[in-house]
Amino acid sequence: MAEFSEKYIITDEIKADEYLVNIGPQHPSTHGVLRLLTRLEGEIVHNVEPHIGYIHSGIEKMTEALSYPQIVHLTDRMDYLSAHMNNEAVCLCVENALQVEVPERVKYIRTIFDELQRLASHQLWWCASGMDLGALTAFFYGLRDREDILDIFEETCGARLTLNYSVPGGVMFDIHPNFQKSVKAFITKFRKKLPEYDKLLTDNIIFQNRTKGVGVLSKEDAIAFGVTGPTGRASGFSCDVRKHHPYSAYPYIKFDEKLGTDGDSFMRWKVRMDEMWESMNIIEQLIDNIPEGDFAVKMKGVIKLPEGEFYQRVESARGEFGVYIVSDGKKNPYRVKFRSPGFSNLFTINHIAKGWKIADLVAIMATFDLVIPDIDR
Amino acid sequence: MKSFFNYIAEIFSGVWTLLTGMKVTAKYFFTPWKNVTQQYPENRDTLVMYDRFRGEVIMPHNENNEHKCTGCGLCENACPNGSIEIISKSIVNEEGKKKRIIDQHIYHLGMCTFCNLCVRACPSDAIVMGQKFEHAHWDRSTFTKVLNQPGSKIMEGIKE
Repeated sequence: MAEFSEKYIITDEIKADEYLVNIGPQHPSTHGVLRLLTRLEGEIVHNVEPHIGYIHSGIEKMTEALSYPQIVHLTDRMDYLSAHMNNEAVCLCVENALQVEVPERVKYIRTIFDELQRLASHQLWWCASGMDLGALTAFFYGLRDREDILDIFEETCGARLTLNYSVPGGVMFDIHPNFQKSVKAFITKFRKKLPEYDKLLTDNIIFQNRTKGVGVLSKEDAIAFGVTGPTGRASGFSCDVRKHHPYSAYPYIKFDEKLGTDGDSFMRWKVRMDEMWESMNIIEQLIDNIPEGDFAVKMKGVIKLPEGEFYQRVESARGEFGVYIVSDGKKNPYRVKFRSPGFSNLFTINHIAKGWKIADLVAIMATFDLVIPDIDR
Repeated sequence: MKSFFNYIAEIFSGVWTLLTGMKVTAKYFFTPWKNVTQQYPENRDTLVMYDRFRGEVIMPHNENNEHKCTGCGLCENACPNGSIEIISKSIVNEEGKKKRIIDQHIYHLGMCTFCNLCVRACPSDAIVMGQKFEHAHWDRSTFTKVLNQPGSKIMEGIKE
């Protein structure tokens, strides 16, 4: 590995004024073990090479030895901040392959959980990227409010981070009797807290000067690089899977796809903040109308998919998450590929960080919302 | 001249945004009862976990030291990472028939990911998820547990 990267650096032609700096693999602002090999001239970034592989856990290969219900619990550990969306993607893929129609109740519960998970993820992103940009107070405020969502998760499904709540054919438990009450209480509370976030950080002059106009990603580039999620939407690329390929209960509800125009760091920030309001609207439309019925359909003891290839995409908190299963008719999949949003988003960084200062590189990384196990699964 | 006034105005509006942010923090500074920090581990006596909390796999026994496990091995098959091992033995019952019953239900806590698939797979609700979460220990060997208590029997009326 060392030989390879040394060879790679030499072919890159370092000029006399330039030098190389490794940001990471152990660096607080990379949110995990991501190594950015940056070529600098003074403080100006000339080239960024993301190197991944430090947290590779081989989940795709491990799934080949597991049965379909067992795969679901591994997907928690990829993008741990949108664990439920990942679970749901695998479950939907298996259900579509078997042509099982899940009850309406399951669809509603799954969608509410999706949006709660998106809120929790965006809250953690908000506070952690505030911390990257030097606002430590934001970190505590974000975690404080995220705790309420985690408590709701814990009450209904028994886990806080690695939920494993969706199972092929439904959800693991019925919702807790207090679920609707506590979700409504949370939303009432959080509607008052979100303006506080804006006062604390979004309107802050230091924060605005550090993010406005920094790291502009044009719409054409976003499409060319396959950037999805709030990062892509900030560039004006309408890519919301919930809107274009609706799944679960998304066809039944009305919501706006928040689109940005500038594609700079501040717009990426703004789109996510607006998405939090939109998520709350979606939950409010669904929470009172959860239909009665079963919370799971009875599946066979050993689930065998028919021979063929199956693909299902969902909108995770970071973008389009896809599951591609190749089955040869046995109880284990022949091959599984996950399309993770973070991977495509990360590799635009060289394109947009060129010419900016190293502090701006941190701002760009912060607003990209990187989760490293998602990139390097 | 105009740009000069803009410059001054920008400074004042900038300072104002900083003060707005500080107002939020000051609000919580002077109303500490609104804070939500839990005083763990001091509050251990009053700390109650949610009933569905997945802390560890346990096998409930009744007062006669009886459990519901038939040793069918479905939990062992359902486990994604091999944290459950079923060791069964065969005995001869009163009618003279050979019968397989559970000898040891071994649970490796260190390998467990608390996914709840074993509890879902169990046909006789013999294993459930417990609320205990303070698992840290100096000795790794304590993480391998035998869930059925010594001398325990299967409850009557459980289908084989």
